[in-house]
Amino acid sequence: MVMGRAKNSGETAGEIKGRLIVVEGLDGSGKSTQAHLLYEWLSGMGYKVFFSEWNSSQIVKGATRKGKKRQALTPTTFSLIHATDFADRYERQILPMLKAGYIVICDRFIFTAFARDSVRGCGLDWLKKIYGFARLPDITFFYKLPLDTAVGRILQGRPQLKFFEAGMDLGLSDDIVESFKIFQGRVLESYLKMAKPYNFTVMDATKDVHTQQEAARKIVESKIDLAPFRKRVTI
Amino acid sequence: MKKFFQEPLPGVAPASLRGKLIVIEGPDCSGRTTQIELVSKWLELKGYAVVQTGLKRSLLVAEELEAALQGNVLSPRTLSLFYATDFYDQLENTIIPALRAGLVVIADRYVYTLMARAIIRGAEPSWVEAIYRMAVVPDLVLSLQVSPKVLVERTFQAHYQLDYWESGMDMGLSRDWFTSFLKYQRKLRLELKKMEERYGFEVINAGRSARSVDRDLKAKIATILDGFSDSE
Repeated sequence: MVMGRAKNSGETAGEIKGRLIVVEGLDGSGKSTQAHLLYEWLSGMGYKVFFSEWNSSQIVKGATRKGKKRQALTPTTFSLIHATDFADRYERQILPMLKAGYIVICDRFIFTAFARDSVRGCGLDWLKKIYGFARLPDITFFYKLPLDTAVGRILQGRPQLKFFEAGMDLGLSDDIVESFKIFQGRVLESYLKMAKPYNFTVMDATKDVHTQQEAARKIVESKIDLAPFRKRVTI
Repeated sequence: MKKFFQEPLPGVAPASLRGKLIVIEGPDCSGRTTQIELVSKWLELKGYAVVQTGLKRSLLVAEELEAALQGNVLSPRTLSLFYATDFYDQLENTIIPALRAGLVVIADRYVYTLMARAIIRGAEPSWVEAIYRMAVVPDLVLSLQVSPKVLVERTFQAHYQLDYWESGMDMGLSRDWFTSFLKYQRKLRLELKKMEERYGFEVINAGRSARSVDRDLKAKIATILDGFSDSE
């Protein structure tokens, strides 16, 4: 069963020719690398493909930065400001691209908000309503990794953790590293609960990058008929 | 005891909110600002501490929201969520602390205007209601009503021109500003009318003199104040 699908998504059945591929996972799960490689592959093969990152719209970027800097964001405003950002990007880029018949790859999607914001105390039911306008993906890759491995990768590569990234606003621990571990653990639990209802394709993120990518490409080929997405070439 | 529309905000106990929340709804030029000033002064005279709040006044996003409105670059849905961010920032950082401290909060418009604006721009009512379901239910909602014709006259007197958003020019109702203003204000009024009974608005005819309106507002407000006495 698919949950949280609202009717007011600004689209009618049959109108969407494009396909939506989403990658989700903890920080450090390698999902962005995998998404990038999928994009390079499809693009290199001459398919109409577009890549969209979470939290990248210009208009509300300033406000997000300001709120984070002031540490004035509550769970609700944190969630809403990201929803604003997402809605802007969704309506300006993702949905038009899908209507125009593109394959759209999203590095993080509504599930990131569901997992992260529900851990912060927002009601999951409320979150589903707020994001009800978003179309559900055709494929959602979830890059699953043991918590310690994911946390270890982040701590190794980026020793300066940021306040909200570490969930310091939740008061889980005064120690930022400890807080980060607990927070990421809860986010992981939340993701795993969504895996079944939202039909995640769970990927083993402990395998090497190339092996994972081969598997992902096979899945894309089996689930999406790529032929209609080939760009027409005039010689 | 205070209630939330559907569910409490994370971390807020309804019993801790001892103050009063009074909402003044009404279109631009319905006299909101004048009335809020009069009522605030009167309340303070009577010994009640007052905090004012309103739309687009949050520290968090008011500036960005204003910039987005000027550029008219956001879709109705994005704008709704942006306004919601602004609203909750004030709810959590201004309204709730004031209510905890036992103050009287006067809100220059509230979720109702935000919901009505979104709905007439095509948002699904259930989606819009869901956004605001953690908002505090006011103790009193005073809805100032003025016919669109009178509003136009007052707007010209005050500003010599019509405002883009208050005329609903983003909605494509008419290319003529005057026609669009009337159509838009009627739609808004109709949408707010639907909420009257459901949310228990006290409807005030604001087409009268400021003094008459003021008298009515104070009479309504007196009924919800604890320990209020009419003697000076």
